[in-house]
Amino acid sequence: MTALPSRSARPPQLTPDVVRVLTDDGGLDEQHDPRLPPEEQVALYRFMVETRQIDERFIALQRQGRIGFHVGSQGEEATIIGAASALRPQDWVFSCYREFGAALMRGLPLQKLLDNVFGNQNDTAKGRQMPHHYTHRATGWASISSPVGTQITHATGFAWAAMMDRVDKIALAFFGDGATSSSDFHSAMTFAGVFRIPCVLLCRNNGWAISTPTDRQTASRTFAEKAHGYGIPGIRVDGNDILAVLSVTRRAVARATAGLGPTLIEAVTYRMGAHTTSDDPNRYRGVEDMEPWRQLDPIQRFRVHLASRGFWDEERERALVADIDRRFRDAVVTAESTPPPALESMFDDVYEKLPWHLVEQRAELVAGPRAPAGR
Amino acid sequence: MPQMNMVQAINDALRIALRSDPRVVVLGEDVGRVGGVFRVTSGLIEEFGEDRVIDSPLSESGIVGAALGMALYGKTPVAEIQFADFVFPAYDQIVNELAKYRYRSGGDHSANVVIRMPAGGGIRGGHYHSQHPEAMFVHVPGLKVVCPATPYDAKGLLLAALEDPDPVIFLEPKRVYRAAKGDVPEEAYTVPLECARIVRDGRDITLVAYGAMLYEALDAAQTAFEQGVDCEVIDLRTIWPVDIHTIVRSVKKTGRLVVVHEAPKTGGFAGELISLVCEKAFYSLEAAPVRVTGFDTPFPYTLEMEYLPLSHRILPALIEAARA
Repeated sequence: MTALPSRSARPPQLTPDVVRVLTDDGGLDEQHDPRLPPEEQVALYRFMVETRQIDERFIALQRQGRIGFHVGSQGEEATIIGAASALRPQDWVFSCYREFGAALMRGLPLQKLLDNVFGNQNDTAKGRQMPHHYTHRATGWASISSPVGTQITHATGFAWAAMMDRVDKIALAFFGDGATSSSDFHSAMTFAGVFRIPCVLLCRNNGWAISTPTDRQTASRTFAEKAHGYGIPGIRVDGNDILAVLSVTRRAVARATAGLGPTLIEAVTYRMGAHTTSDDPNRYRGVEDMEPWRQLDPIQRFRVHLASRGFWDEERERALVADIDRRFRDAVVTAESTPPPALESMFDDVYEKLPWHLVEQRAELVAGPRAPAGR
Repeated sequence: MPQMNMVQAINDALRIALRSDPRVVVLGEDVGRVGGVFRVTSGLIEEFGEDRVIDSPLSESGIVGAALGMALYGKTPVAEIQFADFVFPAYDQIVNELAKYRYRSGGDHSANVVIRMPAGGGIRGGHYHSQHPEAMFVHVPGLKVVCPATPYDAKGLLLAALEDPDPVIFLEPKRVYRAAKGDVPEEAYTVPLECARIVRDGRDITLVAYGAMLYEALDAAQTAFEQGVDCEVIDLRTIWPVDIHTIVRSVKKTGRLVVVHEAPKTGGFAGELISLVCEKAFYSLEAAPVRVTGFDTPFPYTLEMEYLPLSHRILPALIEAARA
C-alpha cells in the first residue's frame, strides 16, 4: 500500500499580507484596531465562548445518540462572531451551515436552535431539514442549504434589490474555502462585480472541505486574490483575531453602504474539529497539522488580551460558562420533550396553497399505516 | 380588440406588470438593449430603465440565484433563460434552492420568481435550441409549470404566474411565437393557473396537448373528424399541477385518451398523465391510452420534422385509438 501524504501542501498561514490587530507580543495594531469600548469587547468574547461551549455540548449530545448530527465551528469563532458583529440589524446574512454562533448573536433564540437540532414541531424549519439548517427571517437570516456556495448568489440578488430601492441594507454571505470552487461562487462574484452590489462575501478559509485541503481547491496563492479577476477588492484577515475580522468586515460594510460595491474577505483560520460529527479527520490529517493553530486559538488570544487589560477574569469566565450550561440544559430539556411535527405538516409549504395532488397524498398518508417504531 | 402574436402578447404582459407593480424586475441574457433574441422584451428597457430590465452576464445559475435573492428581499423577478436548453446550469438553483425555499424554511421565506424560457423544436435550432424539458420540472416538488399555446393565454397566464406566490416555470412555445395570432385585450387580465381549456368538443377521443403541439393536435383532430372520429381536444395550459378534473371528466365521456408532447417519450409527462387517468378513471377507458411524442433520442437537426409529433403522426394514432 502506498503511503498517502497526510497534509495540505498549502495550509492556511498567517503570512504578512494578513490583517491582524492582536499582535504576537500582546499589543494592538494601531492601523486596524477598531477601538471598541471594553464592554463591547466583552460582549463579543461572551458570544465566542458561548459558541464554543454550545459546540462541545452538541457533540456530546450526538455521541449520546440524542441528536443525529452536528456541524461545529471550533477554532473559527472569531471569524463567525467578528464578521456578523460588523453588520447592522437591518442587514441580512446568507450563511453556510457552520455559523450558528452568529445566528445566536443576531437574535436567533437558543431554544429555536435546539428546536431545529431536535427537529421538533417548534423548529422554524418545521423539522424538514438536518440540524443547523435553521431559518430566522425576523433577524435577517436566510434559509440554509447543504450544497455549498448556492447562498452566495442569493446574497448578491438580495443586496442588489436593496440597492435598486435605495434602501440602506446590505447582505453578507458566509462560505468555506471549498465553496470557492463552485460555479455559484463564480456567478456571484461576476454579478457582484459587474453591478457593484453592496454585499460582503466572506470566505472562511479553514484549510479543509471535509477531507479536501485548500491546495485541491485552488492553485492560486490565496483565495482573496481571486477577487481581482472579478474587479472586486479582496482582503485577507487573521480569522482567529476577532478585532481584525470585525475591523476588516466593518470596512467592507462601509464600502458597500457608500456605494463602492462588494468586498471579498478571506478569513484565514483553521477547522479544529471534524467537518461534522459524521466525519473522521484522522483519516486525512495529522494532529501535528493542528498544533500551530492550537497556539492561535481565537478565544484564548482574545481572553489574554481582555485579561491583560483587566476587562475579564477567571471568576467571570466561570460564571459565564455556568450560565451557558444552565441555559443550554434547559433548552435541551424543552426541545427534547417537544413533540415532532404533526404528520399532516409534511405537505404544508410545498406551495402556499395545497394543490389537489398533495391533498390526495396527505389523505393517503394519514389513512395508511405508520412507520414501525425504531425505523 | 387588437390582434397580437405570442411575442407581442408576452411583451404586453411584461409591460403591464412593470408598469403596475414596482416590485417586478426583468433580467436575463440580452433582454435589454436588443430586447431578447426573440424580441419578447423589446422596448422595455427604454420605458423602465436599466435597473428594472437588466442585461445579465451569461450565467444561468447567477440569473436564477440572483432572482431568488431579489425575491427574498421582496421583488418579483421575471428571469429569462434564453433557450430552455440553456437552463441546466441553473438546475441546482431551481431544484434545490428556488423550489424548496418555502418548504425548507417552514414557510418563513418564500420566493415569487417566474422563469420564462422559449422551448420546443421546429425552428431548425438543433439539439441546443429545441428541447422541451417540462418533465424535469414537473418532477420537482414546489414548482408550477405553465405552457401557453395562444397569445391570449400567454398574456393572461404570465400575469397570473406573477401574482402566484410560488415559483413558476413558464415555457414559451417558440415555434408559434409569431405564427399564433389572436385577439388579446389591451387591459390587464389573468388566465387562472391549473385550469385546462377544452379547445374542441368531441365524443370519441380525449386528445391532450400543450404549447406548439396544440396546433398539430387540432389539425389532426379536424382530419380525423372528416374521417368520422370526433376528438375532444384539451389544451393543458398549466402542465403542473395538472387540471386532472377536466381530463378525467372528458375521458369518462370519450373512453379514449391520446396525449401529445414533443419531449422524449420515456419519463415524459404523457406517462404521468396516463397513470393519473388510469388511477382515477380506469373503468371508463375503452382502449389503452396512447402517447404520441418525441423519440428517446437527442433532438435531431436535419430530421426534426420526423422527430416531432406533428399531425401526420397524431392522425394515425387517433384512427387506431378509435378502432381499438
